[in-house]
Amino acid sequence: MTPTRKRRLIAVLLILAGVGIASTIAFYSLQENMLYFQSPSDLAQQPIPPGRQFRLGGLVKPGTVERQEGGLATQFVVTDGPKEVLVEYVGILPDLFREGQGVIARGSLDGTGLFAASEVLAKHDENYMPPEVADALKETGHVSYPKEDS
Amino acid sequence: MNTKTAKIAKPRKNALVMFIHKMGSPPWFYNFTGKFIPWLWLIFGVLAAWGLYLGLVKGPADYLQGESVRIIYLHVPAAWMSMLIYSTMAVMAFIALVWRIRIVEILAMTSAPIGAAFTIVTLTAGSLWGRPTWGTYWVWDARLTSELVLLFLYLGVIGLYNAIDEPRKAARAACLLSLVGAVNLPIIHYSVKWWNTLHQGSSISLLGGSSIDASILWPMLIVAVAAKFFYAANLLTRARVKLLEQDMRKGWVRDVLKEKN
Repeated sequence: MTPTRKRRLIAVLLILAGVGIASTIAFYSLQENMLYFQSPSDLAQQPIPPGRQFRLGGLVKPGTVERQEGGLATQFVVTDGPKEVLVEYVGILPDLFREGQGVIARGSLDGTGLFAASEVLAKHDENYMPPEVADALKETGHVSYPKEDS
Repeated sequence: MNTKTAKIAKPRKNALVMFIHKMGSPPWFYNFTGKFIPWLWLIFGVLAAWGLYLGLVKGPADYLQGESVRIIYLHVPAAWMSMLIYSTMAVMAFIALVWRIRIVEILAMTSAPIGAAFTIVTLTAGSLWGRPTWGTYWVWDARLTSELVLLFLYLGVIGLYNAIDEPRKAARAACLLSLVGAVNLPIIHYSVKWWNTLHQGSSISLLGGSSIDASILWPMLIVAVAAKFFYAANLLTRARVKLLEQDMRKGWVRDVLKEKN
């Protein structure tokens, strides 16, 4: 390698190292703010005051979905295993919304610990399969509930 | 220029090194790639048609999402390409900056519009997929945002390259930008791991296997391979045109054009 090329190589590597270090520092300082949603456990650890908007994410606990007669209001429990939060939402739920499904709800807590959602999004998991395979999995006991690993 | 020819003349160079040196010569590159570009297009066409037929016509719907899962055959291969092309561009930019090989500069710069196109396909297809499944076209979560940043990086590279008149200076500046932008690649890839996102985690890992059923996975992989051939064919076609344009007044271009007529 000629001296000129070596000099260029070192210069380019130095720039790369600088950018790398700068972005790592930025990454560590931003980490908290980049969270798109809070889980019920996060909420239990660091309570968010009533009235402040945030996103709550978790699974819809099976057997807890209650729809209001003749209205659009729905109540369900969002859980991440150890902790759970009761959510109320008035509006049309996404097609993928069902028991056991991952959801992200935007809204705020009222004074009683009820989470009033103004928007509910369904979170899809990384499993894709035809219906027959899903049925077969269910029969053999591998329930294909979306698992939350984040 | 003199040092280069002296190097080639050295007898101890092996075949691969010789080949790389030859590819650096514009007329040799032009003629060599011209021979197999039609084949790349052909393989792309066959694979894309085969994969899309298997996926869109013969393949099953998803147990949860129904028919909208078929967007996967466009979205995932395009998303992979958007990142693969960027990494290729960054590696070529590195080579171009240190060794100043003109053909590598051209290849890096002609990669940018192709990558930008794949990024637009990724974002559009993903957005149309998000509406029926998640319930929204767009959210500002880490995965979606970092992919949008990738589009802006591509546009920045294209813009910078075209803003400077002298092509070699322009390439050098844009190569540096594309190299710096490469920090975004690990962020896109790991965004679904590092942060809570609406976008789901990776379905496929090189070592851990896949959580996509084979009937959906295989057509998708075929389309993904087809996309690589599309990139190769498109890149070489563009690079040849760029070479002709830059060397308009040089002897080898005159010879090439004479041969054609």
